[in-house]
Amino acid sequence: MLRADAVRKSFGDHEVLKGISLEVADGEVVCLIGASGSGKSTLLRCLNLLEQVDDGDVWLDEQEITDPRVDADAVRREIGIVFQAYNLFPHLSVLDNITLGPIKARGVAKNEAVAAAHVLLERVGLAEKAKAYPDALSGGQQQRVALVRAIAMRPRLLLLDEITSALDPMLVGEVLDVIRELRRDGMTIVMATHEMTFAREISDRIVFMADGLVEEVGPPEQIFTAPRSPRTAEFLARHRA
Amino acid sequence: MTPSARQLDRERLRRRRSLTRGAVAALSTVVVLGVVALVVVRSPGWDRVQATYFNRNDALAALPDVASAFLLNIRLFLVAEVLILVVGLAVAIVRVIPSPALAPLKVIAVLYADIFRGTPTLLIVLLVGFGVPALNLTGMPTSLFWLGVVALTLSYGAYVAEVIRAGILSIHPTQWASGRALGLTYGQTMRHIVLPQAIRRVAPPLLNDFVSLQKDTALLSTIGLVEALRAANVISSRDFVFTPLVVAAVFFIVATIPLARFTDYLTVRSLRRENGL
Repeated sequence: MLRADAVRKSFGDHEVLKGISLEVADGEVVCLIGASGSGKSTLLRCLNLLEQVDDGDVWLDEQEITDPRVDADAVRREIGIVFQAYNLFPHLSVLDNITLGPIKARGVAKNEAVAAAHVLLERVGLAEKAKAYPDALSGGQQQRVALVRAIAMRPRLLLLDEITSALDPMLVGEVLDVIRELRRDGMTIVMATHEMTFAREISDRIVFMADGLVEEVGPPEQIFTAPRSPRTAEFLARHRA
Repeated sequence: MTPSARQLDRERLRRRRSLTRGAVAALSTVVVLGVVALVVVRSPGWDRVQATYFNRNDALAALPDVASAFLLNIRLFLVAEVLILVVGLAVAIVRVIPSPALAPLKVIAVLYADIFRGTPTLLIVLLVGFGVPALNLTGMPTSLFWLGVVALTLSYGAYVAEVIRAGILSIHPTQWASGRALGLTYGQTMRHIVLPQAIRRVAPPLLNDFVSLQKDTALLSTIGLVEALRAANVISSRDFVFTPLVVAAVFFIVATIPLARFTDYLTVRSLRRENGL
């Protein structure tokens, strides 16, 4: 489904990604863990083409999406991304936030998009908030809307960038519930997270990143109970609750 | 770290693409401007137009008079700009302060903005220029210069007040909350937190108004101030040529360009600083 090969990215003199390779299978949930500044967010932004890679390539199924001739907008319609800071459009209602993409970028008929949005809002427990505006919602509610907005595009792949990091613990649960449900639906997900317990529960594989490189990859049980790399062990020791 | 062959390919492709874009931009610009120039120059009346509007000798003859008259325009708009900012800021702040004691001032501020934004600037110039001296009040300015400055300030102060007010209202309430949470008073929060952000945000429309003001100093010719337009008009009606008017126009254009570039510079700088670009 997704393959990144020796991806490099620098900002000025600072090399954030030093040759990252990663493969994600159809329907797989992969969690990226690692200290702040290890390159998780930058990697996700490169996968979505929000950042141009300096070297290496990224493949989505049979297409090399880092090729300059590729239509980036078309690629992004297939790859949803949700950010830490929600980034809902404050001038649009919840419903309009969700239907804007399907209607304008996908060409879905308005009544279909609205009906689909209502179904999704119902599933995340926000049916009654369709007419509300983002600033009137709590952080957890806003983040659930942001998830719905991404899913409404029916992406092949969903990228989640520390989407619970700005939420207080009481609200984290409701957002994680949505991700659990997406996993049950078979959505392919790559998520950067600091929620170790959740990562262990939800992932098929864990990728531990350090200093812009993949330090260790493995199934959650192995990573959490028998990490091969001392750096992984040290990181997990500091993050265990 | 040497880039991979694939990356070198990509870079080559991107370079070629940006060269193509540059070429398309250059070519289309030359073609469009060329066609416009051709259409104008080859029009049947071009020779007559050129002789009346773009005559070199007439231009040179008019230059000293128009130039020295334009110094008056510069003095007018420099003084007016300062006063307009003061009036605009005061009116805007009075309108947003939630204090009940200021109610009468608020009413005056609203009336002022409504009336002076709704009245043509030319009309205000005529009313102030001829009306105020007729009042025979002691202490009122009688020099045409100051009457002109007052008229422009009244008119543009109303616009600028609304622009600044919009800027203040556009700052997110959390900024007020953060300021007050630090123990700052309403006034301190306004002065140190909200206004600096608001003014930055509205700098482009604000400077837009000032560009407009610089041109509108020409309206003061109607009350007898001999500024650039008036000076040009005197020559052109004496000699039946229009070139002096074009000379005056050039002065106005040239005077607005520094302000426009300054606005661009400010916008880019604040974007850079705040987004770390």
